[in-house]
Amino acid sequence: MKIVACIKQVPDSAAKVVVENGRVSWGDAPLVINPWDEFSVEAALQLKEKHGGTVTVISVGGETDKEAIKHALAMGADDAILITDPALTGLDTQAIAQVLASAIQKIGGVDVAFFGRQAIDNDSGLTPSQTARLLNWPALTLAAVITLDGTRIKVERSIEEGRQAVSADLPVVISLVKDYGEPRYPSFMGIRKAARAEVPVWSLASLGIAIPASVISWPDIMNPPSREVVCEIISGNSPDEIASVLASKILAEKVL
Amino acid sequence: MKTWVYVDHFKGQALPASWEAIGAGKNLGTITALIFGQNIESLAKEAFEHGADEVLLVDDASLADYRAEAFCASLSKLAMGASPDVILLPTTTRGREMAAMAAIDLKTGVMVDITAMELQGDRIVVTRPIYAGKLLSKETCSSKPQIITLRGRAFPKPAPQAGRTGTLTKATPALGEAEIKSKVEGYSTSESGVSLIDANVIVSGGRGVSNNPALTPPAGLDEKQAEIWRAQQGFILVKDLATVLGAAVGASRAAVDAGYVPYSHQVGQTGKVVSPDLYIANGISGAIQHLAGMRTSKVIVAINKDADAPIFKVARYGVVGDLFQILPALTAAFKQRLGK
Repeated sequence: MKIVACIKQVPDSAAKVVVENGRVSWGDAPLVINPWDEFSVEAALQLKEKHGGTVTVISVGGETDKEAIKHALAMGADDAILITDPALTGLDTQAIAQVLASAIQKIGGVDVAFFGRQAIDNDSGLTPSQTARLLNWPALTLAAVITLDGTRIKVERSIEEGRQAVSADLPVVISLVKDYGEPRYPSFMGIRKAARAEVPVWSLASLGIAIPASVISWPDIMNPPSREVVCEIISGNSPDEIASVLASKILAEKVL
Repeated sequence: MKTWVYVDHFKGQALPASWEAIGAGKNLGTITALIFGQNIESLAKEAFEHGADEVLLVDDASLADYRAEAFCASLSKLAMGASPDVILLPTTTRGREMAAMAAIDLKTGVMVDITAMELQGDRIVVTRPIYAGKLLSKETCSSKPQIITLRGRAFPKPAPQAGRTGTLTKATPALGEAEIKSKVEGYSTSESGVSLIDANVIVSGGRGVSNNPALTPPAGLDEKQAEIWRAQQGFILVKDLATVLGAAVGASRAAVDAGYVPYSHQVGQTGKVVSPDLYIANGISGAIQHLAGMRTSKVIVAINKDADAPIFKVARYGVVGDLFQILPALTAAFKQRLGK
């Protein structure tokens, strides 16, 4: 099987992210593989382990955005492609999906393209379904369980009401949720292999596509209004007394 | 502005955010509500009562279950024929996916999970939280239709007006069953309870709920099993308060990663981002990624034994103490006050 995992590099989820002089800053927090994309790599590796094949990681980003790729290679991915091009900065998800769909087509013969459910920076969660739509493949999104039987793949999707089981023939796009199960840690051997790996870099020209049109723009980005809350500490002589005072305070807020 | 609203539902039950979208769309122009499914004509009546002026109904066996390609194809086909200026959808699993795919078909963009919008000329400028609400971004779309998904509970839900009605138009689905590549095999529904996203009140537990020293785990458990057993006893106290308040049960990432409760309860940057009227955090220290997921809650209450826990920085009321004593007492107090 030919398996692809699409990943993105983002500031760590523990980062304090602020806008300074109109630019997003995450201080000295590390850039890491998007946490949701670790599930994508894990699912790709498990599918390969059960059914054979190769796992190729694709990332769209800058020349320096190799931490995420190294992490995926260290987890066990066979190879990786970095798509980078000055024309790719500030593009919307539709444009990024076009780049990813073109790359998947250029690789050729891909059976499954995995994604994390969303990236924790932009939080849009659009790219997996948009890439599927451009490829004209079924989008089996928000997968918690994946089973392959011949060329028929079945996923259990995590939806508001519980789980929905959906099946389709390969090739498909699958996005992953955390219920899938813990992603593995990179092994020592994996880290050594990743450190030595040569990651090919593709440009838009090598994909044979023009700069995709981007229709969404971001006129402003702001820090959220600060919450001026002063915490009132409730104390008392007994748990019952504290509870009674706290219940009165909450009822007075008229939020129940 | 020609405004369309997609009404998301599960087996004929509309998700409340659908009606919130109709309410929000009222400021833009006349509303056409789109309803796809099978035997869902009763939803048309509900849509009119919530403010829709027209309903476009696609009622077909091929739409009995939600499938992305089938639902999106019908949305795109109808939009190509009628050229709406704006399409609003609730940010549900289905709404987000249909918006994403329809934007490809219609060669436009999506502004997703927005919390505010304003009209500037014939363009809508939206506000949406990014980095799980650590920042806010203004966004606009230069092409039409402007496809927008609205965060649940960010816009008021219009009160239904009994007997209000409008024009009902029926349409046929874009795809026949043979053209749909995926098949729905079945459902398993989650444990019953209030959904985190729709909840007015959330009672959450963190790592601290596993630390009750007064408990002795049953014999034969190893250390990890004993920890989970303790945590489950702690979460019973969380659930008891949630039941009395009609609240949803939330959890921190630490509690989920430790195996105390399923991931569907996780609040935070890699869980659900919520904004209830009341959020009661028990034994949650308030890691930045948890705060990002709940800090816009109207009233936050924190119960924690550590007076320096960061959760107190966002809380309106705090109790520094033993949650295993405070929580049952609080449940009892509300039971009495609310007459339950």
